[in-house]
Amino acid sequence: MAFFTDTTVCIGCKACEVACKEWNDVPSTPLELTGFSYDNTGGLGSESWRAVKFVEQRLPEIRQQGAEGAFVAAGQQGPDLRMVGTDGFAGTPDELDLTRADGDGRALAVDAAAGAGDFRWLMASDVCKHCTTAACLDVCPTGALFKTEFSTVVLQDDICNGCGYCVPACPYGVVDRRPDDGRAFKCTMCYDRMKGDMTPACAQSCPTDSIMFGTWEDMRAAAGDRLEEVVAAGLPGAQLYGEDTENGVDGCGAFFLLLDDPEVYGLPPDPIATTKDLPTMWRAAARAAAAMVVGIAGVVLVTGRRSQR
Amino acid sequence: MSGARPAGVRRPGTRRPRVRGGRGSVVPDAEPRSYYDLPIVKAPVWTWEVPAYFFVGGAAGASSVLAVVAEATGNASLARTARLVAAGAVAASPPLLISDLGRPDRFHHMLRILKPTSPMSVGSWILALYAPAAIGAAGLDVLGWFPRLRRVAGVVAAGLGPALSTYTAVLLTNTAVPVWHQAKDTLPAVFAASSTMSSGAAAVLVRPADPTARAVAVAGGLAELVTTEVMHRSLDDDVAGPYGEGDSGQWGRVASAATAVGTALVAFAPSGSAGRAARRLGAVGMLAGAAATRWSVFRAGFASAADPAATVGPQRRRIAARTASDRG
Repeated sequence: MAFFTDTTVCIGCKACEVACKEWNDVPSTPLELTGFSYDNTGGLGSESWRAVKFVEQRLPEIRQQGAEGAFVAAGQQGPDLRMVGTDGFAGTPDELDLTRADGDGRALAVDAAAGAGDFRWLMASDVCKHCTTAACLDVCPTGALFKTEFSTVVLQDDICNGCGYCVPACPYGVVDRRPDDGRAFKCTMCYDRMKGDMTPACAQSCPTDSIMFGTWEDMRAAAGDRLEEVVAAGLPGAQLYGEDTENGVDGCGAFFLLLDDPEVYGLPPDPIATTKDLPTMWRAAARAAAAMVVGIAGVVLVTGRRSQR
Repeated sequence: MSGARPAGVRRPGTRRPRVRGGRGSVVPDAEPRSYYDLPIVKAPVWTWEVPAYFFVGGAAGASSVLAVVAEATGNASLARTARLVAAGAVAASPPLLISDLGRPDRFHHMLRILKPTSPMSVGSWILALYAPAAIGAAGLDVLGWFPRLRRVAGVVAAGLGPALSTYTAVLLTNTAVPVWHQAKDTLPAVFAASSTMSSGAAAVLVRPADPTARAVAVAGGLAELVTTEVMHRSLDDDVAGPYGEGDSGQWGRVASAATAVGTALVAFAPSGSAGRAARRLGAVGMLAGAAATRWSVFRAGFASAADPAATVGPQRRRIAARTASDRG
């Protein structure tokens, strides 16, 4: 089973965060303000199994996509909007329009995305990716993490002894240890609800169907269809993230339709499960260990013989 | 930890690495973009016990090798010293590892399974087999019982010792922390050299006049300086940052200074009682250097995980390289 999160329709209501906490009895977090955006969750953690990201973009940032030909044709540098007007980016529409057309004079996607033209919100509900090759599961020394019959990755809290290895092993920075509890926690894709043929709490509560849930094949098909729609609607920065079974974790059980590069949403652009490099790493360790034995033996033999003379 | 994170605020003076040429001609020198400069991967939750264990476990593993080789060349006194060092060092290891767990009372869950994909699981089993052998060899030596069994235990410990000294490097490199993962070919050599130096230095501390102990310590010290430099140089510019700045950089400088001075003292101090004192001082310096090296590597991981550019930079270059090779 899989999540497909279509961020183009996310309205940042955070119903998913609340529903997740309610159903899974995840402790509340202190009410703090991050100060950098309306996102006061900050990211995934032991107390946040869903986290809605709020990306605030002004036109120069959006135009960075021009590097990939999305908003400004390659080699064509629009005027610097920071110089337009006196109130930040609020220039006159005519001036702004100069940068909102490509070589053919076609209106650029930024109009559709933001309406206002020089500003847009990107919102995305982040979650554990439930990797096919899951680094957290691979490195767990107790077997607390396991692959379910739904091809999801679940952490058994009665086995976890809080060794903390899954925390830096996750290429997405999802798993975290609860300081007052000592064990690691992460999204279970509502394993208990799935056992009862129910939809995970976040997907159930999402009012815009930004979070969709279903079989992996259905979700992949939905994601492909939606990407076509969105690109046709004039959002060429749109891309699918995590659906590719050839990626560094052999495909995710939670994938996303994004409107900008993954790192803009705090997602790694090309994550790998580092256990894939384990043979190389063990070979390097074996070489080092052999060098150590040879070195010690050599030094002892040479000096031992010399001192016996 | 969740909720508001102060990590979005970059410490003053830290270098902001740049990715060059990754994004095409319009933005040739683009800063890697990220989400409000928040970390992408999580920093470890491990505390000081973990690098302390890397230090004592490494010293123990190399000392067991030293004990067997010294005994084979007829240096029984050095062999006994090394056996005792190994036993003492490894005896400190389980308490350190257990106290670092979030649920120390469940430490035995570590031995529920043996999992080849988990260096921590493999390492737990190496330690579980090594510790009784090393402690048994030293105990039988002290008691003078069963010399043949003592020799077998010593050989078993020497067989597992090199694995104990180096698996901890794999434990770190098998993570998403950029500065650790990128050192996957070089970090094990640093840990092996550091362990060798520790075993020699511990032996010099006990037997400052033993030329073999001195030679092992000096060889280990030189190897430590070289391998650490090689590891630092093998890292990408936007990943290597922690080793040049912040507390990891400071510990790295402490490590190389203590190692260099200690190695020089052990190598060149004359014979006589003043020389013995100087060698002991040098040995202490080398042990401090070995510990500081582990601490520097450990702390570098925290700084690396906190820097989204260190995560995004290498991954973007990987994508760019793939795209380039696809185009032919």
